[in-house]
Amino acid sequence: MQTKKESGKMSNEGTIYRISGPVVTAIGMTASMYNVVRVGNEGLMGEVIELHGEKAIIQVYEDTSGIRPGEPVFNTGETLSVSLGPGLLTEIYDGIQRPLATLEEVMGVFITRGVDADGINMEKKWNFEATVSEGDRVESGSIIGTVQETDTIVHKIMVPPGISGVVSTIKSGEFNVTENVCKLDDGNEIQMLQKWPVRTPRPYRQKYAPDTPLVTGMRILDFLFPLAKGGAAGIPGPFGSGKTVTQQSLAKYSDAEIVVYIGCGERGNEMTEVLDEFPHLIDPNTGEPLMNRTVMIANTSNMPVAAREASVYTGITIAEYFRDMGYDVALMADSTSRWAEAMREISSRLEEMPGEEGYPAYLSSRLAEFYERAGRIETLNGLDGSVTVIGAVSPPGGDISEPVSQGTLRIVKVFWGLDAGLARQRHFPAINWLGSYSLYPQSLDQWFRDNVAQDFPEVRTEISGLLQVEAELQEIVQLVGSDALPIDQQLTLEVARMIREYFLQQNGFHEVDAFSAVDQQYKMAKAILSFQENAKKAIASGGLLEDVVNVPARTTLMRNRFEAGYLDRIDGLVDEMNKEIAAAVEDN
Amino acid sequence: MTGKEYRTITDVKGPLVFLDKTEPVAFGEIVSLRLADGSIKNGQVLDTSNDLVVVQVFEGTAGVDLTTGVTFLGDVFKLPVSKDLIGRILDGAGRPRDGGPEIIAEENADIIGAAINPYSRQSPHDFIQTGISAIDCCTTLVRGQKLPIFSASGLPHNDIALQIARQAKLTESDEEFIVVFCAMGITAEEYNFFRSDLERTGALENAVLFVNLADDPAVERLITPRLALTAAEYLAFEQDYHVLVIYTDMTNYCDSLRQIGAAREEVPGRRGYPGYMYTDLAMLYERAGLVKGKKGSITQFPILTMPGDDITHPIPDLSGYITEGQIVISRELHQAGIYPPINVLPSLSRLMGGCIGADTTREDHKSVSDQMYAGYAQGRELRGLVAIVGEDALNERDKQLLDFSGLFEDKFLRQNRDEDRSIDETLDLCWNLMQSISTKYLVRLDQQWIDKYHPTDKKE
Repeated sequence: MQTKKESGKMSNEGTIYRISGPVVTAIGMTASMYNVVRVGNEGLMGEVIELHGEKAIIQVYEDTSGIRPGEPVFNTGETLSVSLGPGLLTEIYDGIQRPLATLEEVMGVFITRGVDADGINMEKKWNFEATVSEGDRVESGSIIGTVQETDTIVHKIMVPPGISGVVSTIKSGEFNVTENVCKLDDGNEIQMLQKWPVRTPRPYRQKYAPDTPLVTGMRILDFLFPLAKGGAAGIPGPFGSGKTVTQQSLAKYSDAEIVVYIGCGERGNEMTEVLDEFPHLIDPNTGEPLMNRTVMIANTSNMPVAAREASVYTGITIAEYFRDMGYDVALMADSTSRWAEAMREISSRLEEMPGEEGYPAYLSSRLAEFYERAGRIETLNGLDGSVTVIGAVSPPGGDISEPVSQGTLRIVKVFWGLDAGLARQRHFPAINWLGSYSLYPQSLDQWFRDNVAQDFPEVRTEISGLLQVEAELQEIVQLVGSDALPIDQQLTLEVARMIREYFLQQNGFHEVDAFSAVDQQYKMAKAILSFQENAKKAIASGGLLEDVVNVPARTTLMRNRFEAGYLDRIDGLVDEMNKEIAAAVEDN
Repeated sequence: MTGKEYRTITDVKGPLVFLDKTEPVAFGEIVSLRLADGSIKNGQVLDTSNDLVVVQVFEGTAGVDLTTGVTFLGDVFKLPVSKDLIGRILDGAGRPRDGGPEIIAEENADIIGAAINPYSRQSPHDFIQTGISAIDCCTTLVRGQKLPIFSASGLPHNDIALQIARQAKLTESDEEFIVVFCAMGITAEEYNFFRSDLERTGALENAVLFVNLADDPAVERLITPRLALTAAEYLAFEQDYHVLVIYTDMTNYCDSLRQIGAAREEVPGRRGYPGYMYTDLAMLYERAGLVKGKKGSITQFPILTMPGDDITHPIPDLSGYITEGQIVISRELHQAGIYPPINVLPSLSRLMGGCIGADTTREDHKSVSDQMYAGYAQGRELRGLVAIVGEDALNERDKQLLDFSGLFEDKFLRQNRDEDRSIDETLDLCWNLMQSISTKYLVRLDQQWIDKYHPTDKKE
């Protein structure tokens, strides 16, 4: 594609007037908002974020120590863009799409500055197979050919937005991403590489209401608080409550076809862990290494703060690009609070009037714009694609009344609230079942009825009802002890304990327990209800609560969830348990 | 530019000096100020433009006036590093404090330090045995980890830090740690305590000390940890040492950060601390770890005192978001006379999962740790209930758990300041204590470990 955007005649060179941390002021340069500029003798990458008379205010994506006023600034005239094409998958980038492996080759293990790197390999040859023929009419977004990018993912080459016409030549064969593969009758040439400005959402035909769940394999999420494909979820939680582990589990086990994982201002070692682990993990849905469907962006907490601000946009643009091919994409951003803090830091350097807690007044609109890029859509080529966004939030002191949490909760429809208390009891995932919510069940219930069980929504209501009752009973127990409760309420407590320990708790690191298919989740829930029903009956006919609760088969039922093939054995185990409960009455 | 002296100071405000009209000065450049009496102060450029330069003066601005001469030295702050650093005591700005000679530089390293490429990191997985049961069993320390101590005034965090520095070793090898100790605004008394202990045990010869005391300039504290970490990085990644960095007290560091922020009239964040404090702290804490192709490592042990014992205060809160866990010191346990008063419940080691087990510690470690933790957590909770309904209202299981929580504190947590328990001793001790709970309630233990390690089961 040829984007002819250069204005040509304006003076695109200026000089540095002022440097204050990551914010640099340039004078004597024509610039428009969000132009990418090269700052100083080393040509550090920056972006124009404010214009003030003849002064252009620039945020610089690299460390500015040692730069002096008077050094040159060069305006490239482009806006901050990502390179899109085959080669994105399995890659790990910094916040402005520089591949970290390339940076290591050039700089060594420490990230220094002034190095430019292409987002995707420009040399590598891909096998392009044309899917349209000469004489075909193509529109923006039309698929003109495919590339087998990884073992599982077919990369569809699309006509860039804004271009359409009749194909005059198209060739299959080995090409690198910058070679022309197709020519239109109006002279436009199409390569596999296209660029897209990160701050602009990619176009689509229309948004649909979500109707399919994003199956995550985590029981508390899928069963109690489901997220729809194309939906948005927020995970706020204090430190140590398992945000990152939850995000990583989602990246590993959710049934999205493409995963974009953004480590935004978080720990370096966590990204290393992901990098070490993912190539060895097998996607439960395809049997291929997870890395084959993953794009990672790692801008850790000590990497430049302006690049952290950009990382979220880089990620979502890549997600939208795969969505446009008709894929279901899931994007995890860990953590959006660090992104908001980057905005705050830049804003304070600009001496903007602060809003709440020093955050810029536009914080909530930026959050909204970002989450609004999620959705299930009809692509320009008529396919069905989705981007699901899951944003971690790190509220200071775990108090979600702060601006980032509140700004997020106003937009997202799913709230998975992590709880330090549960984490402290080593109840993982530490998602609070009383405070969390999902607004999707209504739109997803039909899917659950059709694909899992007709009574799925009713079972869910029963389970969450029991947890509510338990919370009320616990308040009494705190005062008088559990022995003072009537037997039926003691049984309710026991059933609720089973829900918590057997169903809600899940070991994200266990090879079997980490992923629970939805039909298994349903059967486990039914097993709990079956225990309740049979125990009630047994007690009514004279059984002792203690005998009924302590039948060995129930322990077996619960412990066996760690064994492979549990789904097939669960019915038998439930029968066994019920027989023993019945026997407990007779023994008495 | 270098060498030219300016006398264009227009404003002096707190630790900041504002100058008019200079040659182009680099952002971050170091500055020397010559006072009327001939004494020299050092500073760094915080903001630079054609018209105005803002300099932060490390030694404070006492004595600075509008005629003070300012020279820009043309370079950013660098620390001369070499192997000779080992065994030396330097002040908070990197000058010898022990009366010894200047450090002959092998190289001059930029103290801000560059971020380690996440792609080039190596996951930490080597178990460090500290000899303290609570840490080894429940919040295992890993080589290359950053694990802070969250303490409060009046608690024995210094003793714990020193005990760890003395006892820390890898079970698999006899490689020793080099200790880089960084004092920020602590009292002379505390410093002497650290120093004499390091001297007494002979550790001083294998240590580098950077010392900024309470009566040293507050602004200098902002560079002291950076110097310490620069030295640590050199020793670890150029000289292949395993380095243990202890810095105390992060709270003083953050207060200096706030002071500068206020002097610059920045928009304050929570409790007056600057909005960029998270990033600033990350630029210290993230200088820990292991990198591919290098033998050495940096393990960090920052100590911070939580103002008002409040773990949600911005300093512990932001630290907790960056570090890989925390060890929380409890006033309640301290007052009960237990040393080390580590509250394992809010404590956490995020890297523990990858470094314990048959290959490194022992096969039953995970199981035992989970059970000890769960038993103690439940026992502690029951104390609240007992206060209301009395012990008689408890059922058998709850009684056992309640008793266990007492034993946990008395036998497991409590140990002498020089008691160095091996991981085997610690885990065996756990099994002994767990005998007080009947096995049917030990639900977190795998049956195979009960069969193999449980003392009474073995006798049967």
